[in-house]
Parts: sequence; structure tokens; C-alpha cells
Amino acid sequence: MDFLDFEQPIIELEKRIEKLKLTAADSESSVDLDHEIDNLIRKYETLTKEIFSNLSEWQIAQLARHPERPKALDVIQAIVPDFKELHGDRMYADDAAIVSGLGTIENLSLMFIAQEKGQDTKSRIFRNYGMPKPEGYRKAQRLMKLAEKFSMPIVTIIDTPGAYPGIGAEERGQSGAIASNLFTLASLRTPIINLVIGEGGSGGALAIGMGDSLLMLQYSIYSVISPEACSSILWRNPKEVEAAADAMGISAKRLSKFDIIDRVIPEPLGGFHRDPELMYKDIASAVVDEVQLLKNLALDDLIDRRRKKFRAIGEFQEI
Amino acid sequence: MSWFEKIVPSRIKTRKKQRSKSVPEGVWMKCPECKSQLYRAEIEKNLFVCNKCDHHMRISARDRLNQFLDPESQSELFPNIISVDPLNFEDTKKYKDRLTHSKEVSGESDALLVMEGTLNSIQVVACAFEFKFLGGSMGSVVGEKFVRAVDRSIQNRAPLICFSSSGGARMQEAILSLMQLAKTTSALVDLAAEKIPFISILTDPTTGGVSASLAMLGDIIIAEPGALIGFAGPRVIKQTVGQKLPSGFQSSQFLMEKGALDMIVDRREMRDTITELILILTHSKTKEKH
Repeated sequence: MDFLDFEQPIIELEKRIEKLKLTAADSESSVDLDHEIDNLIRKYETLTKEIFSNLSEWQIAQLARHPERPKALDVIQAIVPDFKELHGDRMYADDAAIVSGLGTIENLSLMFIAQEKGQDTKSRIFRNYGMPKPEGYRKAQRLMKLAEKFSMPIVTIIDTPGAYPGIGAEERGQSGAIASNLFTLASLRTPIINLVIGEGGSGGALAIGMGDSLLMLQYSIYSVISPEACSSILWRNPKEVEAAADAMGISAKRLSKFDIIDRVIPEPLGGFHRDPELMYKDIASAVVDEVQLLKNLALDDLIDRRRKKFRAIGEFQEI
Repeated sequence: MSWFEKIVPSRIKTRKKQRSKSVPEGVWMKCPECKSQLYRAEIEKNLFVCNKCDHHMRISARDRLNQFLDPESQSELFPNIISVDPLNFEDTKKYKDRLTHSKEVSGESDALLVMEGTLNSIQVVACAFEFKFLGGSMGSVVGEKFVRAVDRSIQNRAPLICFSSSGGARMQEAILSLMQLAKTTSALVDLAAEKIPFISILTDPTTGGVSASLAMLGDIIIAEPGALIGFAGPRVIKQTVGQKLPSGFQSSQFLMEKGALDMIVDRREMRDTITELILILTHSKTKEKH
């Protein structure tokens, strides 16, 4: 199992608990061990809480990208049992970095548009590490319009380092594809819920990340540029990632201060990957809540609300 | 210093230096492309296009709008909106200091200049990015000024024209700058609903968040010759793909071939081309002839 530096003491305690449990199961007189195990579990919980209450922005970025953290397809498979994937942009290709399709949660018909990073080396390469190309954004846009036609709320699941910076992507108009999606999202006459489960990487994330409700998991991030690139450009030193992440403020908690996020969904103790089942349940109920809330609005009011929300973003002074 | 200068008495040397100093700076300039020595006044008259190789030099936002709008017709809009450093951002320098420095270097209050005026007597709203102001980056002020420019366009039913030259979103305003992509796009939805033309001109360079939002949303998208235009910068792409980039990659001509632009227009033809486009788009061609 992969784990991060700051998770190490937690993992070690966990191993000790497992070992003791095994010993307890083997031995006849386990009274003392039970007590010992309880102690360790309490210690484990205290330690985890302590470590997780003091995470730096960079540590949260690492959690957001944790190799063990469930990805978009895991979430979809867990909360949308009848998911039907829809492929292709009808123009050029089917971009595997974007997974999209129809399905229901609690009988609500929904359109899902997600960025998928992949779970192992092979699938990560297949998914291009979750970095969409123009054809991915165009597939997304095709399905946004399909959702509008059939009055279906859209749930987008965001987890990407950013739009792919490649030769072909530029040739096929990466900028134009993203801009066009923003235009579509700004004017689409159906509710749009954006859920950041991991990494919200810049314009590549925003291209499916603009809508009526922005939900973020507690240890997910959303930023204009990666801490690595920010550090390289502004500090002229790739190693200032801690400082760059902290200066920008990329965690759900820090971003909450800017009236951009509508809801932060708390994660299980130790993060999403420590108890995925619990997280899935909370994600599903948060999504249903938001869909119900938005469905109650008249379409004109919904669009007006969205327009006002984005127009109000920004801090400046008039002299 | 030549051997001759070394032996000349110092008084004469001083005089010579003074003389060279008294010549106004920049009478002569060098074309960054073909390296020809050019007479500045002549190049200015030529709208900062090299008269030897036609290279379109980078120009300030103010020069841009001054040469684009009819003389005496221009008035600047929203000059009093300024940045506030919402995050108290500090890298190797404070954002506040970078802002002060950029103001001195560019003479502008932020990276977007907005004016209203006439273009061959047509009422328009025009904006231009100032690349010397933090790389023409889009933060809260640029977003707000652009949105107000759109509102003014709607109010006056005047076409909107925007000259982009920007590295993208302004990192020092973090998420607020990313959200300016959404904000400016949202305003353009309103403009489109009113069926008022939006002409977007991409100039050197237009990349990142600005190209991935307002710049690529023109009803008509024009580029100046030889401009660098793209989503990611060439350095990042080279790093990612680990191979040499094709020659001319991300140039105006390249984008034109790939179908991303309506046209490439020489700076000296810009006023008349855009005038024609607007007249035709707004069914005003016959009216103009009277």
C-alpha cells in the first residue's frame, strides 16, 4: 500500500493493531491483548486526528493526489449502479481521460461527466493521468447539451492535474475547446453540480467545473496552477511547493473564504481512502440534496442565480 | 574604447558623451526579428510594424487603442478599479510590490485598458491587454473591467473589440483569478444574447487562461501575423512531450491552418477590416455609403 510521509506513524500503529489482533486470535487467553488493542485503537484515533488537524496546504495537495484515493470511476460505480457510459465527441475521438454517461441516484435521472486519472500504471497511461484533450472537452460539451435537452441535472466529477499540454492538443484547439465549454456551462438551462474529489487543476478542471453548486471533498484542492509550477515560476525554484501551496490557498477550507464553494463534504478520519464506503454514502446524499435544491428553482431563476454568482467573484477597489 | 579615444583629453571625451546623451533616446530602434536599424518616427507611423520584414512588434495597450480608435474620439473607461491583494500574496517579492512596479513600468493601473470611442465613425467599446503589467495576467481587476466593458457594449449597443496579449490567469490572486475565466465568459453570454458583435484579436502572445476563455470566444477571431497563441506555453509542452516542437508551432499561421482562426490581419489593415466586418454583421453597409 502506498502512503505519504505524514501518514507513516498512522500506518505503523495500524500494523501493530493488526498484528495484535492476529496474535489475539491465535492465543487462548486474550483478555490482556483486547485491552491492549483498545488502547492502541484509541491512540490511533487520537494520533490521526492530531495529524489531520494540522495539515499544511501542500500535505492536503498530496492527499488529494494520493495513489490510494478512490478515483472518479470508483465513485460512479459506487453511487450510480445503473451507469451507462456514453463515448466519443462525434468528431475525432473518444478521450479516455473523460468518463461520461447516464445514470440515476435515488431514481433521479442524471448526466455524469468526470475526469478519470486511472488506478494503476496501465490505466493511468490509458487515461492520460486524467489530463483531457480537446476531444474530451468536446465529448463533455456534447453530453452537456444532451442533458439540457432531456432536462437532466449534470453532475461533474473533477479530478485532473490540468488540460493536457501536448502538440496534438494544441493543434486541435485546446484553448477553444475549454472556452467553448465555459460558454456552454454559463448558459446551459439545466442544473449543474460540480464535485471536486481530488485535484482541480486550473482551466482544465474549470472546463467541466463551472456550474450552480460547487462541492469539494474536505481534502480535495482547486487551484489556478499546480504548487509545483507556481513554485517554479514565482520562486524560480521547483522546491518551494510548501510555500507556493500555502500562498495560494488551495484546500477546500481555505477556498471557503471566497464564497466560491457551496459545500465542503467532510472526509472520514484519515481521508477518503481510509473508508471509501462511508465517503461514497456521504457523496451520494450531498449530490441528491443539491439536485433537489436546484430542481426547485425555475430555469430562468437558476440561470440568473448562476450568472450573478460568477459576476460577483473577484476582489478589487474603486478609487 | 579605441586607442584613439584613450589618448584624447578628458574634456573632449566628456563633451562627446554629453552630446550623445543630448540626442533624445530611441530615435533609432532595432527590429527584434530582422535586427534592422529603424528610424523610430517612421516605425511609429507604421504602427510599430517593421518596414523591412513586416514583423509586428509588441505595443502597449494605450498605443494600441490610440492607433485603433478614431483620434479625439477616445475616452478611457473604469480607470479607477485597482487591485487589492486579496490573499496578501508573497513569493520572492510581495504582490503589492509587483503591482507598484508594474504600474511604474507600464504606466497603467492594471493589465486591461478599456475605452469607448469610434472606429471610422462607428461607436464601439474597445479593450486591450497591457502585457507589461504582470504579463497581461487576468486577475479580479481585469475580469471586472472586462465585464463592465461588456455591460457598456450592451448599454450602448456598441460592438465590443478586444486585443489580447496575456500569459493567462494571475497566480497571485489564486482561485479568484481562475474564476475570472468563468466571470468574463458569463458576461459574454449576455452579449451574445443581445446579438452584439464581439471581435477578438489575438496578439503576441495570447496563452493560458485568457486564450481559454474570452479570447477564443469572439464571434470573429482575428490574429496578428506572427503572434504566439496557445493554451500551454511552448516550454511546458516541450517538457511534457519530450520532443522538439514543429517549426512555426503555435504561431498565427499555424492556428489558421488548424482552423482556429477566422483570419490573420496586418496591423495596418486592422481598422478597416474590422470596420467592414462590423458594418456587414450589423446590416449597416448601405447606410455607411451615404
